[in-house]
This record gives sequence, C-alpha cells and structure tokens, in this order.
Amino acid sequence: MAYRTDQQESIVAETVMVTGAGGDQIRAFFARPTTPGPHPGVVLIHHAPGWDDWYKEATVRFARRGYAAICPNLYERLGHGTVEDVQVLVRSAGGVPDAQVVEDVVAAAKYLKAQPDASGKVGLIGSCSGGRHTYLTVCQSNEFTAAVDLWGGGVVMKPEDLNANRPVAPIDMTPNLPCPLLGIFGNDDRSPSPEQVDQHEAALKAAGKQYEFHRYDGAGHGFFYYDRPAYRQEQAVDAWGKVWAFFEKHLA
Amino acid sequence: MCTNIIEQATITGAAKGADGWFRMKTALVSYDHPIHLTDEHALNIDFLESPSGARVAVEMDAASARALAAAITEAIRRAEEADAIVQVA
Repeated sequence: MAYRTDQQESIVAETVMVTGAGGDQIRAFFARPTTPGPHPGVVLIHHAPGWDDWYKEATVRFARRGYAAICPNLYERLGHGTVEDVQVLVRSAGGVPDAQVVEDVVAAAKYLKAQPDASGKVGLIGSCSGGRHTYLTVCQSNEFTAAVDLWGGGVVMKPEDLNANRPVAPIDMTPNLPCPLLGIFGNDDRSPSPEQVDQHEAALKAAGKQYEFHRYDGAGHGFFYYDRPAYRQEQAVDAWGKVWAFFEKHLA
Repeated sequence: MCTNIIEQATITGAAKGADGWFRMKTALVSYDHPIHLTDEHALNIDFLESPSGARVAVEMDAASARALAAAITEAIRRAEEADAIVQVA
C-alpha cells in the first residue's frame, strides 16, 4: 500500500475511549482511512517517554498507508499533563504493570476488530519499552497476525530485575509466539545490547519461530525518532521499508 | 521506562521551581531517557513536592552524576569532621 500520487486520500484521526484492563476507560489515538474497507489494523505501543507526538504522527502514518491504526495511552491511569509531567508520574509509580499493558493492548486490538470495515487482521508494533510490550503481548494473545519489535529493551532480563510489575522475562515466553516477528535493532544500542539481541534470536531459532531480525550499524537506540539526535536517516528509511513490507505481506 | 532503573529517596529540604520555592519530599533518581539532554540515556533526578506537584528536574551524563555524588559525599564528610551536623530528633 505504498503511496501513489494519484490515490484518493481520506483519513480521520481522533482520540477515542477504549475499555482497557480492569474495565478502565483509557484514551487511545485512532486514525483510519474513511475509504471503503476492509482495512487491516495495527496497534501501536508507545515508548517509555510516553504517549507523545511522535506516536500520534506514526499512527497517522499507518492510516495513510491504509491501516486502521490505534495507539492506546498506557499511562492513562497515572494522570495527565505534558508528556514530561506524565513521565514523572510513571517513574514515581515505578512503571506500569506488564499484565495491565497486555490487557490494554489486547483491548485496542479488539476495538479495531469491532469496526464495521475491519479486515480481521491486526498487526502490533512498538518501540523501546513498547518493543518489549509488543513481544510480551503477542506471546500471550492470539489477536495478532504479525508483530514488530523496534529495539525493545528488557526482553532479556536478569532474575534480580524481575519484580511485581515485571514478573516474567519476555524471552521466556518465546515458545508461545503465535505469529511472524520482525525485529529492528541498532548495533550501538545498549538496551537491548547486540548480545541481548543474539540471545533473543537464539531463543526464536531454538523454538522454530518465524522471524526476521535486521541490525543496523551506525545506529543506536531510537533511531526512528526524527525529533531526537539518535535519528539516523539512512537506517531509519531502510528499516521503515522493512516494516511496511512485513505488514503488507502478513496483513494484506 | 526502558531501562527500568529507578531509585527513590525521601528528602527533607526545599527547592526552587518554576513558581518559587517549595518543600521537596522525594528525589526520583533514574537512569533512563532524558527529556532535554541529547544523550540516549542519562542520570535524571526529579526533586518533587509530590508526583503531580512542584518539581525541579536535572539531567546529566553518568560521569557528571558520579562527580556530583562524590562532591555531596565529600561535603557531608567535611561537615561531619567539623562537627557541623546537628541531628534533629
């Protein structure tokens, strides 16, 4: 669904309410084509800095590519303010519980599937902590047809780093991965480090899972973020191409 | 949080924020993505009145954080040496 200059475009993007974990009403940014369906769906999981402009813009980007895209606010319950104000609330709370995130994300996928023009296929993508949450969620749900982990930190965890909010290392859920996985990583990243990506890849291989990992030299953590110095134009453009191709292959 | 490295300290003190001085009660110390610094990760300290109240935020690289921690420790050591610290019950 690559962009063509002669395509007729029409999208709507707005904040909606989704019934998340525990029956809580949480905000989500929902962008979708208003052209005739059926439309495949994509759930975007925001990164640790929060439900920010970059993620809203990425959600719109998916809608322009023909996907009904939704990005739930995983920090909804902690309060509102500027993105950095909310980040302090998240730090004060010690992060958000994995189980709650998984339920919120699955709820967003069900919201997409309930739309009258839904194709029934939903992909999942997230970066940074959202990459980790992508892996966690997809390994515990059958709602997704394909998943993209963008430099998810903390997929590999030391036993001493496990706690009430994060009781299981995502890598240990690898046998349950139910769909193809695309992984995008920067070789200068420290979270995840190349060694941790190696471990993750070995686990996928051992479990016989369908995956493709792409690792970029000259790129570190968050190299898609055009509003940060970590942005790496050449690598980001190439990797976005892989994301579009992956979803087109598995969600079309 | 991406690194999930967060420490909290209970603080008795005051800080000057955007709206003047306030009583700070907590220092949130994290090693994670900074807001303003250009580093991928940084040592961040939020001096808080409460999680949603007044706040002073600082971000620095790891070497600066070590230097700051050493300076604080040294200043306290010298104050103790000079018998200048009075414990209030």
